[in-house]
Amino acid sequence: MNLRDLEVMPETTLQVSPRLVEDAVFDQVVLAGDSFVHTIDRGQFVRIVDLQGNQAVDTLFYNAHNYADRYSAQDTIRAQANVYLTTGTKLISTLRHVLLTIVADTCGRHDTLGGACSAESNMVRYDIAKRSMHACRQSFLKGALHWSATTGHELNKFDLTANVNFFMNVPVMPTGQLSFEDGVSDAGKYVELRAEMDTLMIISNCPQLNNPCNAYNPTPVRILIWDAPVS
Amino acid sequence: MNESILWQETLPGSSTWSHILKRGTALRLTAIDDAPNVGALLLNADNLSERLSLPDSLKAQHTARLTTGVALYSDMGRILCSITDDTVGWHDPLGGCSDEVLVTKKYGLDTYQQSRNAWHQNGLDGFLIELAKYGLGARDLMMNINFFSKVKILEDGSMHFVPGNAVGGGAVEIRAEMNTLVILNSCQHPMDPTNDYAQKRVGLTLKQVPVPGPEDVCRTFSPENTRGFIITERYFL
Repeated sequence: MNLRDLEVMPETTLQVSPRLVEDAVFDQVVLAGDSFVHTIDRGQFVRIVDLQGNQAVDTLFYNAHNYADRYSAQDTIRAQANVYLTTGTKLISTLRHVLLTIVADTCGRHDTLGGACSAESNMVRYDIAKRSMHACRQSFLKGALHWSATTGHELNKFDLTANVNFFMNVPVMPTGQLSFEDGVSDAGKYVELRAEMDTLMIISNCPQLNNPCNAYNPTPVRILIWDAPVS
Repeated sequence: MNESILWQETLPGSSTWSHILKRGTALRLTAIDDAPNVGALLLNADNLSERLSLPDSLKAQHTARLTTGVALYSDMGRILCSITDDTVGWHDPLGGCSDEVLVTKKYGLDTYQQSRNAWHQNGLDGFLIELAKYGLGARDLMMNINFFSKVKILEDGSMHFVPGNAVGGGAVEIRAEMNTLVILNSCQHPMDPTNDYAQKRVGLTLKQVPVPGPEDVCRTFSPENTRGFIITERYFL
């Protein structure tokens, strides 16, 4: 799919998926504080389920055949002229390819401006003494380095860029003010994406203990994958 | 140490520029024409794996409006540059940069052969060419700033380019808190609705500036920035 085919996204709506859990070809729970790296083939569907509610799922996407071509937050929000991600959002890469499309969303909106927590940003945001607390970018690096070591495809800190925060609610006001609000998600809510290209997905299931938006309680999420329908 | 001007130059429209802005110096951008746009990428010149993180910057300062007092953080919790003065009031961290498809669709194709340096260029190619001069590439792209431009976000999340945000004479100044590779590109903002391909000039002034004191406007902007300055200063100890 090409960027030229894009239209301005429709108004935010909740969209349920027709796919049944029993038909999934992949089903795994990712605990809070863990990373998860997996390739989603073109045409496959991936669902992320917020099992207990208001969990932030920090996620990066790459063209599986060229990691330099990766998810771009700015290109994604500009293409739809809206800063929130929901059903209909096309996730655009730095080289302007459509990596995936959000095809179902029972949460309503997701953030892509707040980034992923890190040991270093926690020092700035909360307290210099917070450096040793677990953080998303520790998980991203662990997942990336492990993937690199096991597949031989180089993936490291240079590849960590602005991510999607599924289930996170980060409103931007007309004044420019940006805040972290309590989540709009709830137990069992999910988001589902269709891969438009072979896509590598890296998830950090956020371990943040300093932010009230997850009630200071990071929880597990579930990843389901379906094959492309046989036509 | 007082301020002293090191040199001045003009950045023409649709041009790319780069310089390693040394700690203790500042770059002042002054609109020469009305409604310019200057895309910017920032990297730690001493360790190019460390670069501007707009998500970390917005999150730490609870703002998507870049103006006086705002620090531009790296992904390592340090401040690469801080905005010490701004007569414009709003600079955009969200809109990103234009690309060849967008520019051709909006303004038509115009080759160098045809129009020499008035040809139609785009922000993405400008950034990639300049990054390549430092051994960097597409892997090293990051969310860019758009100085002089404003994209307003309404309650429903919709993004709206605000025309005429900056007029001639408007200026913004960034002070390097670390040795920072600054890459600028003066192509039009990708959401600018005007149909005319326009090359808007910006004046660049490089100067030496005093070390930020305890009452510095960026240091005292928020408790987060106070910690950010401490962390940055420790990097040089």
